[in-house]
Amino acid sequence: MNAQIDAAAVAAREGLHRLVEQFLFKEARLQDTHAYDEWEALWTDDGIYWVPANGHDTDPERTMSFIYDNRSRIGIRIDQLKTGRRHTQTPRSELARVLSNIEIVSQSGDEIEVRANAVVFEDNLRGETVWATRNEYRLRLVDGALKMARKKVGLVNNHKPIFTLSFLV
Amino acid sequence: MNDMSPVRDYRRLIEPTRVHSALYYDPQVFQEELSRIWYRGWVYVGHVSEVPNRNDYVTKSIGPTPVLMVHDRRGDISLLLNKCPHRGNQLCAYSQGNRTSFTCPYHSWTFANSGELIGYAYADGYQGADKSQFALGRVPRIGIYRGFVFGSFAEDGPSLDDYLGGAKASIDQLLDNSPEGELELTAGFLQHRTKANWKFMLENETDGYHPAFVHGSIFQVAESGIGNLYSPASTALTRDFGNGHTEFDLRPEWRRSAKPLQWFGTDAERLPGYAAAMTAAYGAERARQIMIDGSPHTMIFPNLFIAEIQLFVLQPVAVDETIQHVTALQFKGAPELNRRLRQQTMGSVGPAGFLLADDTEMYERNHRGALIRDPEWVTLIRGLHREGRDADGFRIGHATDEVPQRGIWRHYLDLMTS
Repeated sequence: MNAQIDAAAVAAREGLHRLVEQFLFKEARLQDTHAYDEWEALWTDDGIYWVPANGHDTDPERTMSFIYDNRSRIGIRIDQLKTGRRHTQTPRSELARVLSNIEIVSQSGDEIEVRANAVVFEDNLRGETVWATRNEYRLRLVDGALKMARKKVGLVNNHKPIFTLSFLV
Repeated sequence: MNDMSPVRDYRRLIEPTRVHSALYYDPQVFQEELSRIWYRGWVYVGHVSEVPNRNDYVTKSIGPTPVLMVHDRRGDISLLLNKCPHRGNQLCAYSQGNRTSFTCPYHSWTFANSGELIGYAYADGYQGADKSQFALGRVPRIGIYRGFVFGSFAEDGPSLDDYLGGAKASIDQLLDNSPEGELELTAGFLQHRTKANWKFMLENETDGYHPAFVHGSIFQVAESGIGNLYSPASTALTRDFGNGHTEFDLRPEWRRSAKPLQWFGTDAERLPGYAAAMTAAYGAERARQIMIDGSPHTMIFPNLFIAEIQLFVLQPVAVDETIQHVTALQFKGAPELNRRLRQQTMGSVGPAGFLLADDTEMYERNHRGALIRDPEWVTLIRGLHREGRDADGFRIGHATDEVPQRGIWRHYLDLMTS
């Protein structure tokens, strides 16, 4: 074993971890602040945004999910929010989320699989709601910057009745 | 009967064209609704395709009460109450599965999936006891119409057939969209928790006045022509079938342009396999008419909403809380159509849906509004001057008129005073 190579590998891994972490923190901030255009710009052209229901290993092509958006439908979701007449977000939810347990689980070519947990506090006309999620991301290096190719948001209570979920989760 | 005399004088709260807000927020009214509507009349429970195999079960509900819908060991559909008759423990903790018996985890009493007690643990302590006295509670009356399973807690009452009345035509119209005349509800339900009284949903399902305003954002973004169906120029009809069942009848609009599958935003060329299967099943002319007329938009009192491409089940759990269960309609023998039905359903309904998140926002604002003191009444006069009758004698009105809402309250008043 060569100690110098190990140190370089560790440094590279730490560098990648910081890059991923900063990307996810930015995504969280854009969601919390309803920065819709900037959030949409994080996606690759083949992006999939998935919030399953009734479990975490379901087949979204066969069974119902709360959200199962391809890139085009992500665009519709954003455009609807921007009309100002998406009533459930008029007034907008006040949001703060904490993202933690960020873990790079694998890397293959330009793609990185990441997991993280999030706790989101939402305040709106109905009241206060706490959401807890186990997230999975597929990030892709495009022209030296990270983009989001897939985001799966696993609400821990996704088998139960849930309130309206109209902010970007 | 003394215990059935109403606490509130409903005749003073419900007039032909206005109703009092207390009907939405008063906990006593809710308790009386449980005994007079939910635990007496016919209530939709589930669909036979949810328990296709012998010994399949699924947890459903009648109002706040959980009900196990079982395809039992004899091959029948049973509606069992999820409660051990020994000490009242919740019996089954799972939402679905396949099993021939249920064992209570508390003292290990075991029941056949048709409800009978099979055995006690430590049977020596029950010398002389009669097992037949300890069967699971059950919904005494079950009615099944073309796969739709309804239950009634009343031992006697009108038949399901009589109860559904004119609304049976909507179920028939729905099933015509399957080349095999059957539904398969296999996509699973989204559950949307709603902080509002259930009747706001009941009334809104066939309200043709709100979509242009509540759903204007998505109609605009999706460049959808759907908004025109709910405009003053629409030829669609609102209908009161009686018994609280109401319809938003889109067929006059679809027949005007007479394009197969326009109701689903597509055409026969883009779903060739489906169009061919329909033609093979019904013949060219009938298949064409079915594909022009499309799927119904009908609210069957008190809790089953057939919403063209989805099926909703309304479950009241408290005076101010309702769960909207929703799944994509899936037609047997129509895989091409079914895939699109799932995709469109996921986009439009449920807690994150382009449509239902905004409807539900309105329900919750409806409920908060009801609690404000003045004015105490809500108004249902829209289109009174142009209400008519169709060939079957059912009340009809313009697409945006409040014919359905007046019909719902007429039936509600009957139930609450009889």
